[in-house]
Amino acid sequence: MAKHAFFLGCIMPLRYPGIESSTREVMKSLGVELVDMQGASCCPAPGVMRSFDQQYWMAVAARNLAIAEKMGMDIVTICNGCFDTLFEVAHKLNHDPDLRKKINKILKDATGMEYNGTVKVRHFVELLYRDVGLEAIKSKVKGGKSLKAAVHYGCHFLKPSNIKKIDDAERPHIFDDIVEAAGMTSVVYKDKGTCCGAGGGVRARTPDVALKMTADNLKNMTSAGVEVIVDCCPFCHLQYDAGQVQLKEYKIPVLHLSQLLGLAFGLEKEKLGLEVHQVKVAL
Amino acid sequence: MVLAEAKEPNPEFTRKVVEAGGKTVNLCFQCGTCTGSCPSGRQTAFRVRKVVRRAQLGFEEDVLPSDDLWLCTTCYTCYERCPRGVEIVDIIMALRNMAVRKGYIADAHKKVAQLISKTGHLVSLRDEDKALRKKLGLQETPPTVFAHADALEQVKKIAQACGFDKLVETGGK
Ligand code: SF4
Ligand code: SF4
Repeated sequence: MAKHAFFLGCIMPLRYPGIESSTREVMKSLGVELVDMQGASCCPAPGVMRSFDQQYWMAVAARNLAIAEKMGMDIVTICNGCFDTLFEVAHKLNHDPDLRKKINKILKDATGMEYNGTVKVRHFVELLYRDVGLEAIKSKVKGGKSLKAAVHYGCHFLKPSNIKKIDDAERPHIFDDIVEAAGMTSVVYKDKGTCCGAGGGVRARTPDVALKMTADNLKNMTSAGVEVIVDCCPFCHLQYDAGQVQLKEYKIPVLHLSQLLGLAFGLEKEKLGLEVHQVKVAL
Repeated sequence: MVLAEAKEPNPEFTRKVVEAGGKTVNLCFQCGTCTGSCPSGRQTAFRVRKVVRRAQLGFEEDVLPSDDLWLCTTCYTCYERCPRGVEIVDIIMALRNMAVRKGYIADAHKKVAQLISKTGHLVSLRDEDKALRKKLGLQETPPTVFAHADALEQVKKIAQACGFDKLVETGGK
């Protein structure tokens, strides 16, 4: 399989590095080669940074895209936020020549680089589903406990669906299929697909409001008898993990898909970095 | 019967919203599907339909200083469901950018913005993070701007070129 430029972002490498080590191991065992993007920065975050200044947001994102372009590789990310920024900015620059010119001028003056529109931005869930395939994933699964999983897609993996065109935004299935291929049962719960509450700068500015949204989701997951939450975004991951500790009522372990696959593939537990999770993971 | 004095629409402001990325704002026919879909509106008095209406009528003073503008998580549920194809999140982003330029930015947000302006990341690299990374067999310092001073300089130059560094230091005022 083609080599991919691995975009790290901020929360994964700095707060949940176990997601990074799991992703590296899992992708290696599935034959996807990840190459580091030397000197990449924050994507920048699509809610909070885009809210302040869209020109800056696009120019910094274009720099990250240009790094991958120089490597001659498509980007893969395991974070919905990074995916949204890089995908949307690439889309905007590809479809609006005037905008691309304007952003490239800033980029060239600051970095000497330009972005020429040749990089595809991939979310690893979509890459696993489309390029690797469920059968290849199943063939790596060593067994282990089958748990009732709440699959949390988050918002920016599939939406806005008019440009992302990955799966039905209201009734998606690809992430559930992968979780089931790993031996879990993906359960239906009320209002599945609702935002974790953290995005758009809400967690930073009004954490109590964010937490109320998280609490509603946790209540619905609990009513459905969920034993594990599986996410595909370190920010949702942080919101569910830290949020449960703040709320005190819940203690459902939270796993990023990379960690769930790591467990299912029988990787050494030490490689998964589960000890930094605030809700204890004993699976 | 005497009606309360109605505010005059301000098409000039609406035009600015359109130019800043809210090009679909005039398509809204106020059905309220967006508000009915909004997870944040379930918890608060934030009504996204009203934000779109105010933008449409050009009620700048009602919309830019308001806290409502910052209660959207950008979850895109309203955007997906709007029967008129109003790109609601793009409108909110355009309004937020204008609000920040007027100095309406919360301290918590200023801090986040200053962090990226200085370090190129939104999250800090602490000793304990390095230790854990090492334990997991990862490079202690991620191979990002943290490990490349010249790359960080480039990101800082972009901030200067866009006036972003000043914007977040002074809050735009
Ligand atoms: S759903 Fe669309 S048309 Fe209906 S009120 Fe909201 S923005 Fe307007
Ligand atoms: S994108 Fe914002 S306004 Fe729209 S439903 Fe989500 S939180 Fe509400």
